[in-house]
Amino acid sequence: MAIIEVRDLSKQFRVARPREGARGPLARVRREYTDVRAVERVSFDVEPGEMVGYIGPNGAGKSTTIKMLTGILVPSGGRLTVAGFEPSRQRKEMARHIGVVFGQRTQLWWDLPLADSFTLLKHIYRVPDERFAANLGRCIDTMEMAEFLRTPVRQLSLGQRMRGELTAALLHNPEVLYLDEPTIGLDVVAKSRIREFLTSLNRDAGTTILLTTHDMGDIERLCRRVIIIDRGGILYDGDLERLKARFATERTLVVDLEEPAPALDVPFATVERVEGPRQWLRFQRADTSAAELIAAVARAARIVDLRVDEPSIEDVVLRIYAGAAKGIAINDPSPG
Amino acid sequence: MRLYWEVFRHGYRRWATYRAATAAGVFTNTVFGFLRAYVLVAVFAASATIGGYDRSDALTYVFLGQGMIMAVYMWSWWEIALAIRSGDIVTDLSRPFDYQAYWLAQDLGRACYHAVFRGIPPFVVGAIVFDLRMPESPLTWVLFAASVVMAVCVSFGVRFLVNLAAFWLLDYRGVGAIATACGTFLSGFVVPVAFFPGWLAVIAHALPFRGMIQVPIDVFLEKESGGALFVMLAVQVGWAAALFAAGRLVLRAARRRVVVQGG
Ligand SMILES: Nc1ncnc2c1ncn2[C@@H]1O[C@H](COP(=O)(O)OP(=O)(O)OP(=O)(O)O)[C@@H](O)[C@H]1O
Ligand SMILES: [Mg+2]
Repeated sequence: MAIIEVRDLSKQFRVARPREGARGPLARVRREYTDVRAVERVSFDVEPGEMVGYIGPNGAGKSTTIKMLTGILVPSGGRLTVAGFEPSRQRKEMARHIGVVFGQRTQLWWDLPLADSFTLLKHIYRVPDERFAANLGRCIDTMEMAEFLRTPVRQLSLGQRMRGELTAALLHNPEVLYLDEPTIGLDVVAKSRIREFLTSLNRDAGTTILLTTHDMGDIERLCRRVIIIDRGGILYDGDLERLKARFATERTLVVDLEEPAPALDVPFATVERVEGPRQWLRFQRADTSAAELIAAVARAARIVDLRVDEPSIEDVVLRIYAGAAKGIAINDPSPG
Repeated sequence: MRLYWEVFRHGYRRWATYRAATAAGVFTNTVFGFLRAYVLVAVFAASATIGGYDRSDALTYVFLGQGMIMAVYMWSWWEIALAIRSGDIVTDLSRPFDYQAYWLAQDLGRACYHAVFRGIPPFVVGAIVFDLRMPESPLTWVLFAASVVMAVCVSFGVRFLVNLAAFWLLDYRGVGAIATACGTFLSGFVVPVAFFPGWLAVIAHALPFRGMIQVPIDVFLEKESGGALFVMLAVQVGWAAALFAAGRLVLRAARRRVVVQGG
């Protein structure tokens, strides 16, 4: 059975804006309201133990979805259950089963040493002593936190604080963990440390993780499945590999010729760029294989060196966002 | 329960770290006590009693008030409003505890620190320099302590509501300014409510603010006894309860239409 079930979930925000042309003292009173559709008829299931990337451009509705999943925001329409609870109605009961990290906020007590925040959380979530010691110990070891445990939170670096945030979200062994941009602003070392930790958490404790991020590296390292959302609606829900196979169809062959030559004329490829002896040839996976293309180029000129560029997941996502902006539909009929 | 005890201790310790600020605050509160006391000394040179208070009642009133302001904390406190505004309230709202009880416990911890370290010193200094009136009955000390706790609860009830206004009003400070003005005057902090002209006294008696300063001081000065004392304390407790109930209702309404700012 799915641990997260979302059906036709919608959220509108009513925002006031001054009436057209209204001026003076009444401008603030006579306001017009417009509805911002932040999330619109979103449906998906997440199975226990899955690690799902929930991605989309700025303002897509990711954070709004997570706020509804944690019960902080009441949906305007649709149904959702998390670990058997209805979030907005059973927020308190559900809270013991979920953990949340909002990368741009803190759940730690600003003016206390990090360790004291953990103690308060122990009491808030009524974590038994032994379990608390074990969980905290594991986080301290795997994320190397021992040296800043006594430092007040306000003095921690972003990366240190983020490790503290993750620990804080996990002290009560949640079944589901929501992460809203957990790697925002972190350097590469901090990012990889957090990614490793999440991988082991998902593997060893079986924690279900729903993750939003703008860093495609996070997605590639962590998630087998992605849900792409834009302007409140789901564009794609399925396997990351399949997404790549479908949209990463265009590859580029970069060849260094022995001497500069005019743009090559070979079947199924278009020369994108010529820079001295180096040429970039774009081709479709469906039309020809890299091997055939290389053979064709070798017949036309002498090759010194070459490489084949695969589109990055970033390019793929960029194309999907851009396509969606132009109204091009992408459907994957069989979600992961 | 254990949780709220921990939160109480946390509220206490948060303030206990600022020793220099405490010393500076004690100094200021005491100096203002002296300024107010000398004004009253001049006033009472002209008449023996005003509104039922004699000179030493009035001087006691001043130093009790100076000692209580920080414990009661009737001036600006915006922690919840700021959390609503920044959106940081999402974390607290997603936790399995009673949000109001959490803040009340923390505020009582804070008040405990302030009562001891900001409250007692100005009063002791005042008592050394002036002839202050001490309670005759030992029971009065107990009732006074209980009434101060209730005063903190009334003040918390008002502040909690004012802070929640930030859910609806982006400019919550307007409401706060009104509440602060009411807290300062209608509580009887500046002058006892007994000094007010009739119509203003009626207003003051109809509102909760009197329970923040005037009521505990009148208990200390043994202004009422028997049934009248009981009624005065019951009204104070009643206001605290009513304000808590209102806070819960408003919080529930806010939750339903909560708009949490920012991604
Ligand atoms: N409190 C609010 N009041 C009005 N509109 C809101 C509010 N919160 C979000 N929105 C709107 O809802 C839409 C979705 O916002 P949301 O924060 O969910 O986006 P997001 O996918 O998390 O974006 P980002 O990647 O920038 O964090 C946006 O158009 C935003 O302006
Ligand atoms: Mg967001």
